[in-house]
Amino acid sequence: MTTWSIAAEGFQSPGPADFVYPPLFGEGTFFTKPMLITVLGSVAVAVFFYLAARRAQRVPGKLQYAGESAYGFVRNSIALDSIGKEGIKYVPYLATLFFFLAALNISGIIPVLQFPATSRIAFPLFLAVVSCVIFNYVGIRRAHGVGRYFKQMMFPAGIPWPVYILLAPIEFVSTIIIRPLTLTLRLTFNMFAGHLVLVLFILGGEYLVFEYSGVVGILAGSISLLGSIVLTFFEGFVQLLQAYVFTLLSALYIGGALADEH
Amino acid sequence: MAVNLATEVVLAAGEGPSPLLPHLGELIVGIVAFTLLFLFLRAKVFPVFEKTFHDRAESIEGAIAAAQRDRTEAQQLKQQYERQLAEARDEAGRIRTEAQAQRAEIVEAARAEGAAERQRIIDAGAAQIASERQQALSELRREVGTMAVDLASRIVGESLEDDARRRGTVDRYLDELERTSARTAGSAS
Repeated sequence: MTTWSIAAEGFQSPGPADFVYPPLFGEGTFFTKPMLITVLGSVAVAVFFYLAARRAQRVPGKLQYAGESAYGFVRNSIALDSIGKEGIKYVPYLATLFFFLAALNISGIIPVLQFPATSRIAFPLFLAVVSCVIFNYVGIRRAHGVGRYFKQMMFPAGIPWPVYILLAPIEFVSTIIIRPLTLTLRLTFNMFAGHLVLVLFILGGEYLVFEYSGVVGILAGSISLLGSIVLTFFEGFVQLLQAYVFTLLSALYIGGALADEH
Repeated sequence: MAVNLATEVVLAAGEGPSPLLPHLGELIVGIVAFTLLFLFLRAKVFPVFEKTFHDRAESIEGAIAAAQRDRTEAQQLKQQYERQLAEARDEAGRIRTEAQAQRAEIVEAARAEGAAERQRIIDAGAAQIASERQQALSELRREVGTMAVDLASRIVGESLEDDARRRGTVDRYLDELERTSARTAGSAS
């Protein structure tokens, strides 16, 4: 096909095309694998929390304790720690965000699914937009008006006026454009790259073991496949970490908008 | 050349659309799934957790308050017992002092009674001794008379069996004695 895949003697290296799935039920239908994963992940999160919260006791059972700990982690370590007392209002959004993202990310290492839905830019994109709408709305309400919000954002007090020439556009672009963009791209391409590397190690190992000739192929392929197991655990860590980072940054932006009062 | 290179890059990237372009279907499914999940969790799950957190905190605070209450109660009871104990100790002391006073009184009374009894016994003894002495004296006087007569009759050999005569002799003798002694007393004076 291309020059370097020919150089690899017939091995077709994985690329962005591996992230494009045809509709599951044949040509012309709507539903694709990333959509299925999204639905399954949401249902899994909903079922887990439903079972955990059903018949909630003051002294919790194992499942209730697990659910409470998970919720408490987002509530205390993310929302309350980075926003403060007012953060309690945003806990439902932040907790849903975290567990939705965690489920969609971790689907990348779950057997059979084995694809992080969040490597498709649509999912991080709309979540980043939602987060930005929320923090900007919070900021505008806190500043009592759109004009005052932007004025406070772009022209912070206590700075000599010539600096504003540089600072105002930077502040505007960074808050309104860079923040959602980085949220989206960071998550998407962490998942994208992680999945690509995993697929490369697995397909490459398979190719080396079964199709590349000789002992060298089997040996190198085995190392590659063993490496893919290690990488799977590493990917699981990255997936949870990225869900955490996305949620934490959303919380920090909300907290910043609330603190920008003066 | 430039066209060729661009074609190659596109080919290398695969035939699919760029990974930077959001897929409309995924966007819709994602938004719907996230919204439903958010609404469900916000309605059914998070309030339950918040409520259990709140209940738990409240029950712990309640337990602390109850413990506080129990402790103050225990302290009050302790103070009450200590007060009662002190009162009991005071009363015991008072009773002891009273008993000592009473004992001294009783001993004093007993001593006075004993002394009175002793005096009475001494007096009775003295009276008895006096009466017995009187009795002995009169008996002696009678017996001395009898013995003297016996002795005299033995000496003179004469039986003075007639009672009247004997008594007359004795009386005479005694009168004589008295007279003699009176005379001696008169001559002496």
